[in-house]
Amino acid sequence: MRDFEYEAPTSLADAVGLLARSNGNARPLAGGTDLIDHVRTGRLSTDLIVDLKKIPELMALELNDAGLRLGAAVPCYQIYSHAGILENYTAIADSSNIIGGMQIQNRASVGGNLANAGAAADSTPALIALEATVVIQGPAGSREIPVDQFCTGPGKNVLEPGEIIVELKFPPRPGHSGSHYRRFIPRNEMDIAVVGVGASVVLDESGENFVSARIGLGAVAAKPFYAQEASELLAGQPVNDETIKKAGEAARSVIKPITDMRGTEEFRLHVTGVLTERVLKKAVERARG
Amino acid sequence: MATIDETRTAEGSEETPKYKVIGTRPIRHDGSDKVTGRALYGADIKVKGMIFGAVLRSPHAHANIKSIDTSKAEAFPGVRAVVTSADLPEPGDKIAELGEGAVVLNHLSSNNLARTKVLYKGHAVAAVAADNLHIAQEAASLIEVEYEVLPPVMNVLKAMEDDAPVLNPDVRTEEASTGETGDKPSNIAKHIVFEKGDLEKGFADAKYVVEREFRTSTVHQGYIEPHVATVLWNNDGQITVWTPTQGTFSVRSQMAELLHVPLARVKVVPAEIGGGFGGKISVYLAPAAAVLSRKAGVPVQIVMDRADVLQATGPTPGSFIRIKMGVDADGRLTAAEAWMAYEAGGYPGSPIGAGAMCVFSCYDIPNGRVEGYDVCVNKPRTNAYRAPGATNAAFATETVVDELCEQMGMSPLEFRLLNASKEGTRRIDGVTYPRIGLVETLEAIKNSEHYNTPLTGENQGRGIGSGFWFNAGLKSAVTATVNSDGSVGLLEGSTDIGGSRTAIAMQFAEAIGLAAEDIKPAVVDTDSVGYTDVTGGSRVTYATGWAAYEAAQDLKRQIVSRAAELWEVDPDLVSYEDGSVIGPDKSMTFKEIAIELSLGGEPLVGRGVSNHNEPGGAFGTHLVDVEVDPDTGKVDILRYTAAQDCGTAIHPAYVEGQIQGGAVQGIGWGLNEEYWYDEAGSMRNANFLDYRIPTCYDLPMIDPIIVEVPNPGHPYGVRGVGEVPIVPPPAALEAAIYDAVGVRMYELPMSPPRVLHELLKKES
Amino acid sequence: MAKKRIVTATVNGREEEFLCQPRQTLLEVLRNTLGLTGAKEGCSNGNCGACSVVIDGKAVNTCMVLAVEAEGANIETIEGLAPVDGLDPLQEAFLENAALQCGICTPGFIMSAKAFLDENPNPTEEEIRFSMAGNLCRCTGYDKIVRAIQQAAETRCAQSASCEKETV
Repeated sequence: MRDFEYEAPTSLADAVGLLARSNGNARPLAGGTDLIDHVRTGRLSTDLIVDLKKIPELMALELNDAGLRLGAAVPCYQIYSHAGILENYTAIADSSNIIGGMQIQNRASVGGNLANAGAAADSTPALIALEATVVIQGPAGSREIPVDQFCTGPGKNVLEPGEIIVELKFPPRPGHSGSHYRRFIPRNEMDIAVVGVGASVVLDESGENFVSARIGLGAVAAKPFYAQEASELLAGQPVNDETIKKAGEAARSVIKPITDMRGTEEFRLHVTGVLTERVLKKAVERARG
Repeated sequence: MATIDETRTAEGSEETPKYKVIGTRPIRHDGSDKVTGRALYGADIKVKGMIFGAVLRSPHAHANIKSIDTSKAEAFPGVRAVVTSADLPEPGDKIAELGEGAVVLNHLSSNNLARTKVLYKGHAVAAVAADNLHIAQEAASLIEVEYEVLPPVMNVLKAMEDDAPVLNPDVRTEEASTGETGDKPSNIAKHIVFEKGDLEKGFADAKYVVEREFRTSTVHQGYIEPHVATVLWNNDGQITVWTPTQGTFSVRSQMAELLHVPLARVKVVPAEIGGGFGGKISVYLAPAAAVLSRKAGVPVQIVMDRADVLQATGPTPGSFIRIKMGVDADGRLTAAEAWMAYEAGGYPGSPIGAGAMCVFSCYDIPNGRVEGYDVCVNKPRTNAYRAPGATNAAFATETVVDELCEQMGMSPLEFRLLNASKEGTRRIDGVTYPRIGLVETLEAIKNSEHYNTPLTGENQGRGIGSGFWFNAGLKSAVTATVNSDGSVGLLEGSTDIGGSRTAIAMQFAEAIGLAAEDIKPAVVDTDSVGYTDVTGGSRVTYATGWAAYEAAQDLKRQIVSRAAELWEVDPDLVSYEDGSVIGPDKSMTFKEIAIELSLGGEPLVGRGVSNHNEPGGAFGTHLVDVEVDPDTGKVDILRYTAAQDCGTAIHPAYVEGQIQGGAVQGIGWGLNEEYWYDEAGSMRNANFLDYRIPTCYDLPMIDPIIVEVPNPGHPYGVRGVGEVPIVPPPAALEAAIYDAVGVRMYELPMSPPRVLHELLKKES
Repeated sequence: MAKKRIVTATVNGREEEFLCQPRQTLLEVLRNTLGLTGAKEGCSNGNCGACSVVIDGKAVNTCMVLAVEAEGANIETIEGLAPVDGLDPLQEAFLENAALQCGICTPGFIMSAKAFLDENPNPTEEEIRFSMAGNLCRCTGYDKIVRAIQQAAETRCAQSASCEKETV
């Protein structure tokens, strides 16, 4: 590995200061499960690694009436071991439980997964479905943006030099809601998503009609994105195979998949529809309790 | 000792045991070191004063090297030496026997450090040694290489076209039957033809004929331990190599030839080896480490990373195979024809010969023709991988057989029982089988609970496939040193890749009448034991086991004669039976006599060698149930049973392990593993994330059935075990997928996108 | 060149102090500085698990941890697992079940399995396979490894009163 310095600040201000001072050549470190590999292989170069795990705000995990606050560096295992998240924000627990193996989940964070802005990031479609807001801190202060506007392209995001993700904020979950994330991979574990679908649904009291839905798609375009049309067409519709199938068709009609070592364009097109249906059905099952 | 799983033996399970040690399951002798982290593998070797090397590798799949400028690397602080191919002796046009067949030295040398051309992405071009790995890597990146990039040739059929760019100007097509070579450079290095009977008549006699084309992807052995070599070129010219290898003596020969030094100046010390499967025989790092060490004056260690391993070592060929087979109205095979082209990688040497011999090896076929081609492409130089060449071939043949059975409405198992090779069957390449056990493996499957349990679920299917491997004999040497407490040290040259120390010690123990635990086996360096061929060809338990048996016979003879002296009786009145030496009025156990003899007279040392070549080919038949997701094409394995003729299972737990491990490698090959290249000839999945070997979550338990048809060509009936089980899985899976969802798969791997593609095609 | 740092951590129950550069992974320091070569480098990017050790009770891939991050950590490696007078139940079970062939993946498997069984003492086969998927073995086909972990779980349960059978 090329030489670099390492700092582990204990305050947000110090972290932002360190990152801002190094002309964009500093890299924030949370779980390191992508960063260390990228630095080792020379895909990323850095003069300074700033370890964020000693900053309380980034390690916070709070669930109350106001919703969920998830510190950007909280490791995956804490997320899927959290009873409240499992109960109410299930999609993000689903994602956290399948990112890499157990050893990766003990280090990797959702904030890091998001910041890397991979098209196939497993947590981002779930964040989109659950309407997360990204809280960003930088030299110019704090700002918040909706998660579906965070990634701008493969490996690219809206962060300016010196900015870091502090936490993800999720609104409280309404009654009769459920969510799910699932991906297709060739093996049963350890792979990068070929197609990833996160969905959240809110049903009416009868459990027979959609009040609203949000579908996030991954690995089928340059970045994970909110499948707006597919989501909105479900509002007010009855829960049945036909409407769910329509949403699946709408999802596959807006994607721009490529052929690569993980899957073909044809495969991604077809499986996006299939997976969207399966994920919606599971989310409905959870919403019905 | 306790084990959870019991061996299920297809026959003879109720007989009284023939052996005392053979067939039991002792704890392996090297076990404790391997579960406590104490065992020293290649990269665990630390030699005093050692520095670290890094290799600069080609970013191009095919290019001429115009110039190499190492000056910036040499000037980098902490760098101790830099080498290129100019630091290796000119190999000329010599062909050398290096323990695994003849090798063109120029090709082997150029594969270690490229001379005039790079032939695949990842081809080694230069190497740096420095105070630490980080410095070596950074310095290597400062070496400036000027390339003239050439169009890459990535596919076997394209490489065979007349106007294809030629990789090696010195390669001309050799006709295997005559030894004649072509008159112009070609990517086709070898052409093989085998014929038997009258092919035309055979097909004329057929009622059903199926002809299909198959493609298989390049796959890697995937051992978890990357290649590593540590070399000291000492001031006196003595060279010591510490490396995990399947053949210390092969490494010694390769080093002597590549470095132009006398054999006796090279000592190879085996580290524990973290997997090989055929891929750790050729040298990749040791020659560069040697010349770096000579320049730096200290030992140099070079370790590959996973990307290097995938891009520059190993793989087994991608292939194109066309198979045509015919059967008569009774379901008997009348004719078979194969046309096979295997990708050799950058330099000649694919296992096309073995593939061409194996392609119809499971069947008694009166009329046949097999044509094979060894073809250079811009991929890493291929190397042996578990039954090299046989899996590609079996996938093609067994799939055609499955289709024939479907056309005839005949059970694939009954078809195989009717047409199976047996003692006296002559293969198309001319070899006639001795006593073999294919029929017995088919019967074992037929009688298995698995076979007799019908599938019930939707989209589920069952498939069967058989496979063959020759196995090898070759040379082995063992020295048995008797200690004064009656225990025995066993020195051997076969590096232990999966428990062979114990399998060899058990055969010695059986022969001398001791317990396995009384024997202390040690794998030693090339200066400390007689010549021993590679750990490969499923030969170690057979051949080194036989050498151990001979060492026991030698000791017995010595003990009989020494006991006669001691007891002052005629040696003819003394015998050695069942672990004791017996005289007219006295008898002593091995331990008693060993202790007695240690008190006076010469030390007791036994010597055993073997060079027998009746290894008894081995066959396996696998049965698999799958469920296919019709909407994604994903194949889940529900149940797997593998029956194999093992001759005699010396240590059944490790025999089962070989069967299970081989089957799972075959499953990976069948379902997911492939080299994925872009148009520039760059492998895009050179890591364990996207080169997808099976994880434990992809598999059920693998049920082994050990079939024992003793090999008449071995004192204990041993046949090789390790290689056969990789052969049947892709074919068995193909048949199961077809049974489940009705699509035929003619290309490996049968990955979800490919299966789904066929399903969508079928729908529309 | 970045200055070397002094890192203090507990390694196999003993406090250790070591010097390292920021760019050194914990795997490199364990193997080259502390001489603990039981953790192996198989892939260098978190996909094979051969370098697994347990840090603060959690299995991690040490190829994906910087050594400087280990300040104050409690690190358990394969070298510290066996009691002085014998072997850990996992080590015993791997030997008795012939759950290793070449053995290179074995230390990583055993350490991952230890962390896993500490949290889930009585797992199903499915749970074992799911949680061990981050450890690759190319020799055994996993059958005997899964059985060894099952046996070790039973042994550990028998030795400890805290392991109660879950009823579903």
